[in-house]
Amino acid sequence: MPTIDLATSSLRELNRTLHACKDGSSETAFEVLNPRGQHAVAVGIDAPLSIDVHGSVGYYCGGMNKRAHITVRGSAGPGVAENMMSGTVSVRGDASQYAGATGRGGLLVIDGNAASRCGISMKGINIVVRGNIGHMSAFMAQSGNLVVLGDAGEALGDSIYEARLFVRGGVASLGADCIEKDMRPEHHETLARLLVEAGVTGVATREFRRYGSARRLYTFNIDNADAY
Amino acid sequence: MGRSRMCGIVGLYLKDAKLEPQLGALTASMLATMCERGPDSAGFAVYSTAVEGELKFTLQSANPSTDFPALATLLEAELGGPVRIDARSTHAVVHVKADALDRLKALVLKQFPSVRIMGIGEAIEIYKEVGLPTAVSSLFALSEMSGSHAIGHTRMATESAVTTSGAHPFSTGLDQCLVHNGSLSNHNNLRRALRQQGYNFQTDNDSEVAAGYLSWRMREGRNLKQALEKSLDDLDGFFTFVVGTKTGFAVLRDPIACKPAVLAETASYVAFGSEYRALAGLPGIDTAKIWEPEPATAYFWGR
Repeated sequence: MPTIDLATSSLRELNRTLHACKDGSSETAFEVLNPRGQHAVAVGIDAPLSIDVHGSVGYYCGGMNKRAHITVRGSAGPGVAENMMSGTVSVRGDASQYAGATGRGGLLVIDGNAASRCGISMKGINIVVRGNIGHMSAFMAQSGNLVVLGDAGEALGDSIYEARLFVRGGVASLGADCIEKDMRPEHHETLARLLVEAGVTGVATREFRRYGSARRLYTFNIDNADAY
Repeated sequence: MGRSRMCGIVGLYLKDAKLEPQLGALTASMLATMCERGPDSAGFAVYSTAVEGELKFTLQSANPSTDFPALATLLEAELGGPVRIDARSTHAVVHVKADALDRLKALVLKQFPSVRIMGIGEAIEIYKEVGLPTAVSSLFALSEMSGSHAIGHTRMATESAVTTSGAHPFSTGLDQCLVHNGSLSNHNNLRRALRQQGYNFQTDNDSEVAAGYLSWRMREGRNLKQALEKSLDDLDGFFTFVVGTKTGFAVLRDPIACKPAVLAETASYVAFGSEYRALAGLPGIDTAKIWEPEPATAYFWGR
């Protein structure tokens, strides 16, 4: 397995190496050492690679990810997995603000806590946080699922569109036009699948409450419901 | 003026006195990681040995080679004895008895218009200058300094001239200093209110107003943590503050908390960085408790 040590290699060399991997490349698994909080580690990948980052990263790790599986064995700075398209980003520690922002697909798993604005403007990404999330999370969230095993901070789901929010702990407050909704069978099903995908065990879907849009703030047309 | 949108902050508060000789070197390496966040200017406050009954004046001059010797001569005549002046590039630390406070202040203000007082206190020394943070660190030989705690700032100015006096930290009270990442929107009103309370500001900078505000609240009898908590009611805008006093070290973020902040704590120290990068080189960081300070929550450590 190729190992790239950021103590001796530049960030540009790392990302160039990862971007050079096309479908059918012989090397598909990489180890990254000594990130020491550097920004933009493993961004913009478009290949089914597996990347194991040993240490904490700075801004935008895994940004725009397509198809790669990225594991951060440490904490992540602001904007981890920002605008992810597909694949997975898994953070073993905490994530700073706007984790998974504007993500269009894929799965982001945070083992620790996520700070403010987690899932802001999410557009199809699934996010599973084992700890707590900060204030203004899922602000203007459009679609996708945000699953929180701990508590949510102030103004959860402010101005939310059609994303689904599942919170197991307390919610400090709900934002404008965000309300609690019934957990119907299809929601238990979706949530159970996401928990399995995130490797979460020993937690029942009935422990969660669901929150979503009251649909009073934006013009919702029932004929378009299938588009979400 | 002086609003700074990006900027980098570092801070190190030592719990273990054995690390004190390394304070400057550790702070310099933290500051260097924050060059990209603030390449225009940099500054730092170091809290070092305090002598009971003595005060340190940190002075800055555009003409250090003429101003400082002239000031020494006049001051010795005024005080009737030798005066210790430690010059470092454009700055000098003048050591005087505490009762000479007003006389030295008056001398500087009346006779040395090109000399600015950066800070006064028993322990504090403040150095700041225009230039890349690594260059500013070496200009003042930060890595050779020792002490109990230090706070540093790298500035990316977006709305005002890059000047020495616009650099952080700002000191508006004995042994007090503040660095700021963000911008305040009600600083003009507050500045007027604080002038009524007798505070004179050296710049039009919003961060200097925040420093003055905290000095005022502490003069009223609040401790640093209480002053910071009160500031949440009265300051409008974006901020992450790191504040030092003779024996204390504090952190506060506004309720929106857009400005980045990371804290690390071990048995030996508390460290602050705008990013984890600033902390990555500290001893024992791999086993430190590391977290992002909560919005609208004052954190304080003190002796």
